[in-house]
Amino acid sequence: MTATANEYVGAAAPAVTGVPIPQVVAFGVMTTILAAAPFLVYPVFLMKALCFALFACAFNLLIGYVGLLSFGHAAFLGAAGYGAAHSAKAWGFPPELAILFGTAVAAALGVVIGALAIRSKGIYFANITLAFAQMVYFFSVQAGFTGGEDGIQSVPRGTLLGVLNLNETLTLYFVVLAIFLAGFLLIYRAIHSPFGQVLKAIRENEPRAVSLGYRAERYKLLAFVLSATFAGLAGATKALVFQLASLTDVHWTMSGEVVLMTLLGGLGTVFGPVVGAFIVMALENYLSQLGAWVTVVQGVIFVVCVLTFRRGVIGELGNLLRKSL
Amino acid sequence: MGVPTQALFGQLLIGLINGAFYALLSLGLSVIFGLLNIINFTHGAQYMMGAFVAYFLLQWAGLGYWWALLIAPVVVGITGIALERATLKRLYHLDHLYGLLLTFGFALIIQGLFRHEYGSSGLPYSMPRELAGGQNLGFMFLPNYRAWVIVFSLAVCLTTWYVIERTRLGSYLRAATENPALVQAFGINVPRMITLTYGFGVGLAALAGVLAAPIYQVNPLMGADLIIVVFAVVVIGGLGSIMGSIVTGFALGVVEGFTKVFYPEASNTVIFVIMALVLLVRPSGLFGRAS
Repeated sequence: MTATANEYVGAAAPAVTGVPIPQVVAFGVMTTILAAAPFLVYPVFLMKALCFALFACAFNLLIGYVGLLSFGHAAFLGAAGYGAAHSAKAWGFPPELAILFGTAVAAALGVVIGALAIRSKGIYFANITLAFAQMVYFFSVQAGFTGGEDGIQSVPRGTLLGVLNLNETLTLYFVVLAIFLAGFLLIYRAIHSPFGQVLKAIRENEPRAVSLGYRAERYKLLAFVLSATFAGLAGATKALVFQLASLTDVHWTMSGEVVLMTLLGGLGTVFGPVVGAFIVMALENYLSQLGAWVTVVQGVIFVVCVLTFRRGVIGELGNLLRKSL
Repeated sequence: MGVPTQALFGQLLIGLINGAFYALLSLGLSVIFGLLNIINFTHGAQYMMGAFVAYFLLQWAGLGYWWALLIAPVVVGITGIALERATLKRLYHLDHLYGLLLTFGFALIIQGLFRHEYGSSGLPYSMPRELAGGQNLGFMFLPNYRAWVIVFSLAVCLTTWYVIERTRLGSYLRAATENPALVQAFGINVPRMITLTYGFGVGLAALAGVLAAPIYQVNPLMGADLIIVVFAVVVIGGLGSIMGSIVTGFALGVVEGFTKVFYPEASNTVIFVIMALVLLVRPSGLFGRAS
């Protein structure tokens, strides 16, 4: 496989047993930076980037380890956002329950869409997930509770577990950081478990995995639902941070953005999606006054990444250091 | 049902018009997919470029609709050929998903540039004088231009089908779809055929764009959302099936039109619902071969 590594999307991740030292170091560095960051950088920007980083990690679980490119992950991000926002605002759910409810909505949606989509592969899979996400989008446009074009605005952040007042920015930041780290570690655990090894086996050679007695469809569905759930966790958290659930998060351009973040950071790397999300968010923040140029820059990154930089930032770095990051 | 026939036939007409665009666009996608094995995400942007070339021809050169119908597909087709030669070609040895991502990137670039230059509101493009007015059929009023769009796109679709399925050139193309290495060994220049096929598929998108210009105005984002519906159409018809694209394109346009009459809330989603149902029963699409 080494000779053809990287010929397939997400084929960059070799099998790893135990937790390699470089990854522990990298995790320590990442956590330290993120813990110190709100004192140096605008915290709301960081929270947005953290939500997208978790979103990208969830997406990477599918593309990087199962080799399935979903072009409809916005559906999970957006649906969870609506779930959290609606339950917090209309039903008065406390933040922990609102996030849980939003995540559950995404998971349920993941079961339905996943059951239909995993019957296909490659381009078909991308197309089908895209079409389902578009269905969710049109549903969100028309359903009454989503507020249509306006979205659900001024969602109450509330008090987490009755103790932490989330209206204080720093408190909220560390809660978001905790959610991100929890999601990140859970995804890491899933990838590096026997379950994750089976996923990689399916990615590399599905008929072989089937002949060894693994029910590939079930593994793929479970991976899909996990990915949808974590994307939902990101979306639900984002809705509380911005006190807003809107159509932007369900639109297909959002599905494209998460592909961009993951591709730029490095498909199938552990830290790539996080780095990719921060770079893309920083770029958008920086270019936001330039209107349509944001789209152009995103497009250029796509083209450059695909043509010359397929391993992504972290993939190239890992290759340089001969370490799996 | 208590629905006035006027409304019913009106929506049938709109459905056929939309169906004509679905058919032309999914036909181009299918032809490209057949040989290149990539989903051309730039298709929507190229459709939009077709409409813009028609607009530029009128503004800058004073050339009207009929010239645009001839020139725009060629011009946009040539840009497509350049794109394939310069970039897509380098990705054929990789996972086909990279082709999807690359064309997605180009779609973002093209749409972003046009939006930067021309904003998001539409630019008017008047219909040709020869096709102004319409016919009163008794039960409905049929604008001449819309009748022309339906008839002309049907003719283009059927001609394409005939060329691919019934001529020698088409047989090379189908053979190369099955086994490019073998066809290459027979002395046929497969890389050139791939390039020209991409150019042709792109040209079809541009042709649809010119046809759409007088109906929907010329707008940088006119292809952005349309293309996703067309992707669903292609999945329903079966990727790579020529006749499948044509039939499902028109049929789904009509179904969508009727949904607007009987259950308007679902008109945007009906195609995606049908797609889900088709996938349950026939994962390779209505006309697709099992993979």
